Amino acid sequence: MEVGIVSYGAYVPRYRITPEEIGKVWGVDGKSMSKGLMISCKSVPSPEEDTITISVEAARNMMRRCEVNPKDIGAIYVGSESHPYAVKPSGTIVAEAIEAAPHLTVADFEFACKAGTAAIQTCMGLVGSGMIKYGVAIGADTSQGAPGDALEYSASAGGAAFLIGAEKTIATIDHTYSYTTDTPDFWRREGQMYPRHGGRFTGEPAYFKHVISGAKGLLERTNTTAKDYTYAVFHQPNGKFPTRVAKQLGFADLQLTTGLLAPTIGNTYSGAVPLGLAAILDEAKPGDRIFAVAYGSGAGSDAFAITVTNEIDSYPRHKAPSVKDLNSNLKFLDYATYAKFRGKIMLGSE
Amino acid sequence: MATAPRFWRENPSRYNLVGVECHNCGRHFFPPRSICPVCHRKSVGKMEKVKLKGEGKIFSLTEVQESPEEISMQKPYVLAMVELVEGARVSGQVIDCDACDLEIGTPVRVTLRKLSEEGPSGIIHYGYKFVPLKEKAP
Repeated sequence: MEVGIVSYGAYVPRYRITPEEIGKVWGVDGKSMSKGLMISCKSVPSPEEDTITISVEAARNMMRRCEVNPKDIGAIYVGSESHPYAVKPSGTIVAEAIEAAPHLTVADFEFACKAGTAAIQTCMGLVGSGMIKYGVAIGADTSQGAPGDALEYSASAGGAAFLIGAEKTIATIDHTYSYTTDTPDFWRREGQMYPRHGGRFTGEPAYFKHVISGAKGLLERTNTTAKDYTYAVFHQPNGKFPTRVAKQLGFADLQLTTGLLAPTIGNTYSGAVPLGLAAILDEAKPGDRIFAVAYGSGAGSDAFAITVTNEIDSYPRHKAPSVKDLNSNLKFLDYATYAKFRGKIMLGSE
Repeated sequence: MATAPRFWRENPSRYNLVGVECHNCGRHFFPPRSICPVCHRKSVGKMEKVKLKGEGKIFSLTEVQESPEEISMQKPYVLAMVELVEGARVSGQVIDCDACDLEIGTPVRVTLRKLSEEGPSGIIHYGYKFVPLKEKAP
């Protein structure tokens, strides 16, 4: 059975803040920070948005583009490290909001920034084994960065949803491979508001080792090279890391550009590779091959080899906003408003 | 805790704009009601639940400066009466815009957002709000 993507949808909040604006508050050269991270601005959720509302927006955009009866969805998995509830699954609200409830299984996933792609793999297994007809995999986050921390310049919000099935797939998922170790590069303890990280330790032994191992593992198993792919998308905690890892793996800038969103929306954590993949599907043509590697701290990587099918020609992409559409009509915030939006101000009643 | 069951009962309407249609006169209403205010007893047994499309235009609007405590972070915000394509009128927030970008007749569509939170450890209530489909020409 050929399992793949039947439909997809994306969502990114309209609010943005620049590294210069953040740096101004903390006595940091925001321009240099922007250049170093390759991030010109990052998305910010409004006070009425969270991982659940982002997941619902993405899932509804996904359903707008297909004729699938929501009652045929057998599973919904929401991958995020910012689920609004510690106990009460985000997916239950998504299931009700797209009218897929009650005859389905739902669970929330967490694996730092790759929980969304872990959800895709789970749906692939359930569809491929015939246990369910369709599964929904969502990667979404309203990621946290402590005030003044390096993460604050990149941690942003957004997400994408994928309907995984075996009929009328717009792209087949030909192969997936994961690489996992115990690497404590980034973590957040129960009850803590902000994550902590190992600074430079998040680079070579964490991001680069796992992304490169995941990518090489998949290239070997599919007997392909970078040149065989039209597009590539890598986890993007900033613009610099995926650009450098792509070069190391032999991918050209042209293959990377479409799915590289960090420079304009920041690091959407679990939403990063799903959103990059959505941006690629916004413009992909039949026969195009996509190479995707998500990375989650802790640490692991999920790699995917995807081929776009002829179905994409008749697929109504226009029925929901493209990632480019979601990156327009922006409103830039000053730091004070951003701090209020993100709950960084301690109120008198607290 | 007491409000959780009350909100839960209204989830279909809050999440998916489920209203009713009077099969005596064809009018739509939101939120759902058991008797048509026009047909009265003629509508008994003829009120059917329907999912409204969630598209419409602003019938009237105002900018709220003094808000309830639980949504004070969102003020000022726009509250509008939206006339849906089915004819029902629904009150709700219009978001992702400034009041000056809107006018009577601006087309809107429904979306789902947080409505309020019962404090940092309580239930989070989600429901419908509206976003403009296009903003007023400059």
